[in-house]
Amino acid sequence: MDRRQANEEALKRLQDSEVYLVGAGKAIDVVPGMKKNLILHAGPPITWEKMCGPMQGAVIGALIYEGLAKDEESARKLAASGEIEFEPNHHHQAVCPMAGVMSASMPVFIMENKKYGNFAYTNMNEGLGKCLRFGAFGDSVIERLHWMEDEMYPVLKEAIELSGGIDWKALVIQALQMGDDCHNRNRAATAMFAKVIGQYLSKVSASKEKISKVFEFINGNEHFSINITMAMCKAIADAAHNIPGSTIVTAMARNGVEFGIRVSGLGDEWFTAPANTPKGLFFPGFTQEDANPDIGDSTITETTGIGGFAMAGAPAIVSFVGGTYKDAVNFTLEMYEITGAENKNFKIPTLDFRGTPTGIDIVKVLETGLVPRINTGMAHKDPGVGQVGAGLVTAPMECFKKAARYMVEKGLNK
Amino acid sequence: MKKVNDIFGKELKVLNIGLEQFYEDLKSQDIKAVQMDWRPPAGGDSEAADLLAALLG
Repeated sequence: MDRRQANEEALKRLQDSEVYLVGAGKAIDVVPGMKKNLILHAGPPITWEKMCGPMQGAVIGALIYEGLAKDEESARKLAASGEIEFEPNHHHQAVCPMAGVMSASMPVFIMENKKYGNFAYTNMNEGLGKCLRFGAFGDSVIERLHWMEDEMYPVLKEAIELSGGIDWKALVIQALQMGDDCHNRNRAATAMFAKVIGQYLSKVSASKEKISKVFEFINGNEHFSINITMAMCKAIADAAHNIPGSTIVTAMARNGVEFGIRVSGLGDEWFTAPANTPKGLFFPGFTQEDANPDIGDSTITETTGIGGFAMAGAPAIVSFVGGTYKDAVNFTLEMYEITGAENKNFKIPTLDFRGTPTGIDIVKVLETGLVPRINTGMAHKDPGVGQVGAGLVTAPMECFKKAARYMVEKGLNK
Repeated sequence: MKKVNDIFGKELKVLNIGLEQFYEDLKSQDIKAVQMDWRPPAGGDSEAADLLAALLG
């Protein structure tokens, strides 16, 4: 296959994948390769010593949550001891937002790409502010994680099983028609999930009180659906991965220090560069000085043609990430110049239902000098604080240059 | 008189490439002008241009 044919195949898979939310399970039971002394994290590989503040904070929280450490000090000691292994979520068919920390006991959603037969996994969203994924690890964070494991997870698992599986791609297609970009605006997707799961929650065997609390939690967190959408994107992107000769990007992820990409025809190699720091809007009491560099696996949304690439269809998002609606339109229009397809399923109503720019081609990035534009949450640079705002950021050009150089050096472009 | 000077006796229709200010100045003088949406190859980045040449053979 030449590059054009390989890219056509990758673009086809990015568009015709059919992804369903098919279940929930404990990470240790369902995530491939998961074990008790393994902590998964966002972005490309990184060691404990090199992790940024919010990722270290999330690891500390996970070790306390797992009962492996009793406090911050003992968690730090354990993390540095070599007894705990650290690997990217992406190496385990998973994606998680922000620090992206997943540990063995955490409940996860299971997504199935029914067209290509692959699966993807993600943890469950905790809400905004003081959360593990933003590096907070106080008592309230740990208590909520235990409630999610002990009470929310069994209820949701039973409800999803009763549903027989939820067509998540259809839900995202609809949410994009309703003003979501499905990265930093998830109101419509979450509302639709609440509507769909609500009918099955009423049939779950748990007490009314427990079911009610779960429904309130989902209903009270407009971003509840983002993790599931990300896992849908991962299931789509993995289907388009490993096509020899293809220059289409199949993963973009950040660990808070480095931004990394993977390319369909270049195997499991990461191409990394220092992560940029987002600029945007801050919660009261925080400023740009508090922001950590770009972090999280959520750029899997842009990788598959939604999120920042669909901002033109989400006018209200600018009140959360900053900028003007005109900026949002321009971001989307610019992304058509570096992508290979206009998505046949994900459409933008405000652009006369034009398909979203889908399938970043490293050749087009190099040809135009334009890099992917991303919208994102922002974590405080210090461990233990949490979210400070949301904003806009770009992928570093160096990642795309490194990928091109690797392709030439390995002769993978022949 | 050289033939090139004939141009000044006719209505100018300008296609401008590059710096947009030239286009703006002409427009402000009611001269028909079009700004071409153009960037130098690889955004002017010679390293990226070399990589592209090697990649695309």
